[in-house]
Amino acid sequence: MRKGKLWSFALIMLLILSTALAACSGGDDNEGSGDKDKDAADKGGSENKTLVFGRGGDSTSLDPSRVTEGETFKVTVNLFETLLNFGEQDTTVQPGLAKEYDTSEDGLTYTFQLQEGVKFHDGTDFNAEAVVKNFERWANGDSDTFPYYNSMFGGFKDDEEHVIESVKADGESTVIITLKRPQAPFLKNLAMSMFAISSPEAFEKGDDEYERNPVGTGPFKFVEWKPNETITIEKNEEYWQEGLPKLERIIFQAIPDNSARLNALLSGEIDLADGINPADGVKIEDNDALQLFERPSMNVGYLGLTVTRAPFDKKEVRQAMNYAIDKQSIVDSFFEGRAEVAKNPMPSSISGYNEDVEAYAYDPEKAKELLKEAGLEDGFEMELWAMPVPRPYMPDGTKVAEAIQSNLADVGIKAKIVSYEWATYLDKASKGEADAFMLGWTGDNGDADNFLYVLLDEDNIGSNNYTYFKNDETHKLFLEAQTEVDEDKRIELYKQAQEILHEEAPWVPLAHSIPLLGGAKELTGFVPHPTGSDLLSNVEFK
Amino acid sequence: MTFLVFMLIRAIPGNPAQVILGQQATKEAVEALTIKLGLDQPWYTQYFSYLGGILKGDLGESMRTRLPVADEIWPYLAATLELALFAMIIAVVVGVNAGIISAWFQNSWFDYSAMVLALVGVSMPIFWLGLMGQWAFAIELQWLPTTGRENVRDPVSAITNLYIIDTLIQGRFDQLWVVIKHLILPGLALATIPMAIIARMTRSSMLEVMRSDYIRTARAKGQKMFWVVYKHALKNAIIPVLTVIGLQIGLLLGGAILTETIFAWPGIGRYIYDAINFRDYPVIQSGILIVAFIFVMINLIVDLLYGLIDPRIKYD
Repeated sequence: MRKGKLWSFALIMLLILSTALAACSGGDDNEGSGDKDKDAADKGGSENKTLVFGRGGDSTSLDPSRVTEGETFKVTVNLFETLLNFGEQDTTVQPGLAKEYDTSEDGLTYTFQLQEGVKFHDGTDFNAEAVVKNFERWANGDSDTFPYYNSMFGGFKDDEEHVIESVKADGESTVIITLKRPQAPFLKNLAMSMFAISSPEAFEKGDDEYERNPVGTGPFKFVEWKPNETITIEKNEEYWQEGLPKLERIIFQAIPDNSARLNALLSGEIDLADGINPADGVKIEDNDALQLFERPSMNVGYLGLTVTRAPFDKKEVRQAMNYAIDKQSIVDSFFEGRAEVAKNPMPSSISGYNEDVEAYAYDPEKAKELLKEAGLEDGFEMELWAMPVPRPYMPDGTKVAEAIQSNLADVGIKAKIVSYEWATYLDKASKGEADAFMLGWTGDNGDADNFLYVLLDEDNIGSNNYTYFKNDETHKLFLEAQTEVDEDKRIELYKQAQEILHEEAPWVPLAHSIPLLGGAKELTGFVPHPTGSDLLSNVEFK
Repeated sequence: MTFLVFMLIRAIPGNPAQVILGQQATKEAVEALTIKLGLDQPWYTQYFSYLGGILKGDLGESMRTRLPVADEIWPYLAATLELALFAMIIAVVVGVNAGIISAWFQNSWFDYSAMVLALVGVSMPIFWLGLMGQWAFAIELQWLPTTGRENVRDPVSAITNLYIIDTLIQGRFDQLWVVIKHLILPGLALATIPMAIIARMTRSSMLEVMRSDYIRTARAKGQKMFWVVYKHALKNAIIPVLTVIGLQIGLLLGGAILTETIFAWPGIGRYIYDAINFRDYPVIQSGILIVAFIFVMINLIVDLLYGLIDPRIKYD
């Protein structure tokens, strides 16, 4: 009996609760707008000093030297500084923590004059000794701990291929770096986010500890990290550059879905959002409360043709593929026109880009002719691998693949669209299992070497050269360019290489996309950087 | 169970070392990391060292973040538990009541519309529902926030990581309200399917019971209809419903990935999903193990509840 009563009581409570809940949603109106007011007051006018930056993913680490993944650098570029900086919207080399730098005639000795009076966030001094300790830390590591150091400087301390001979302090504020052999992109490499200078006192406590307690000299200091949710950084009051940063606080919030992120921007919960779909660009432009930002392109989206697989071992077939695909219409329909049609494997913003290469026109007849030459007048069947995930250089892999499929059908090539989950896709493609695959690349340091050598040289077969393309002439040119210190000569070498790549056609270059960001109207001073990591020290609300 | 998960995730192609280091990595780096992670060892060595770890309460170390899984998993789990519990309360309260009322007034307009809604609810894609919810309630009406667990400009300081409890502990009632508002949209999106299933189950179960003799007797004795329905009938009708509820809670935990993605909810679904993308074996293994464990516990609780409701059901 008592138990029975208990149950009826519980049921009645449930009913009451449900009514209360229903009533609640009615009362929401007031409370909701009240909160909105508070939000508005928080944001309103000159009062607002907090920026919420919505992005697609969380960081893996806050020690930039240990990771290769872009979401991390978006945060660390604001916490740390590098000896040299990139230009505001390009990858030219500018002074950074080193106010002056000098290259010896033979390209082997670099002398850096450091900024004086700069302090790390933990109060210790930034000086030549600190720089040396940072380089020692990296050089004593292994390719697991410091993967980028390995790939940019050819190995570690005892390795044969290691480019850096020594890093020495000369007094408080002079650092001398000596190389074993000239390395053309050396200064650009130093400007990359991963070679940011950390406080030796902080990282000496242990690498794993340091990943979650970063200490740099940057305009912002680390505050808190809620995994998969937010990373909060705040103004460094002692920052050495007068008047900077302008914001008090920046919160990086991870919102994985692009549409949901746009919704959060529209509702004013976030002030800045990256990864805006090309199709949503207009929606932002038409909204009075928002503004659209275009990030200068430093990427390429392409269709790779695995040259070891028939019939793509024939040059004519590869050229035919280039003639058969209507790139302009792909850019118009799937990038909403917000991309440059590609003709070279790297974008025009990179020095060494060959303007004179004449793009393959959209010419199905010419394609058919070439196929006939190759003895394939009846066409052939192939697998066309479509990217399963949107990437900055490819907003919708499947739809672009469908367009390509129909282009190819017009010249008699039957393409079957195949897709795998992303990691599997990369794994299989790198083993050369695809006939033709869609992929892309975003540059690291804005150097031609970082596109051409990395993606199309025989040394990188099995890692980033997914087409297995191999050519003695380009190989020679790339190696020569790596040690050529004279910029004009280098440019010439890369231009020649692009001619050959165009003729050999291991790729169908598709597009250099322009990544979009959306922001609140009142936001000023935001300048999106081509590398994808934006320094936010100049940003403020009007 | 551990063996199955272990073998299954290793059957997916893709080298974790390669994925962790990214497209940009060199071959040597990948090889070095493969060895460091012990992935060059034969699978049985890997399996038994993992199993040995679990027995000692060690779930392994995330390959990606290099933190022990046991240390980092709780905030994710807490976020999902809070959301799933909230969703389940909505689903049970609304679903059971809608089912009861539908059965009570069988063939009325309420019955018809509730069952049509339930049908729609079962077949509605969460993705679409979530985005529409954001558009309607966050952008147009501006009642509710679109994403996240809290107002990031005024964050909750996490103690237990169950934010409702955390705000109560700290006496921050303004934040409590904010946290609840963040729960409503994802909670509703997550609750839709179980709510519909529970409503249909309750209705059919109630209809059966209502036809039985003792209900007729109770009515004949002149008892109020409300009392008959909510006390006499429900008690007997609730047992199959309870089974469904138990199963649905389990599904909620597993099916939270989509909701968590749309609403940027930092929960275990996304944690495991990201781990799968990164081939982070220890995280996938342990994540699935923990979710499976909770699933089993819930079903155990449901079984025990049977006995409480109907004393004839006994476990010896």
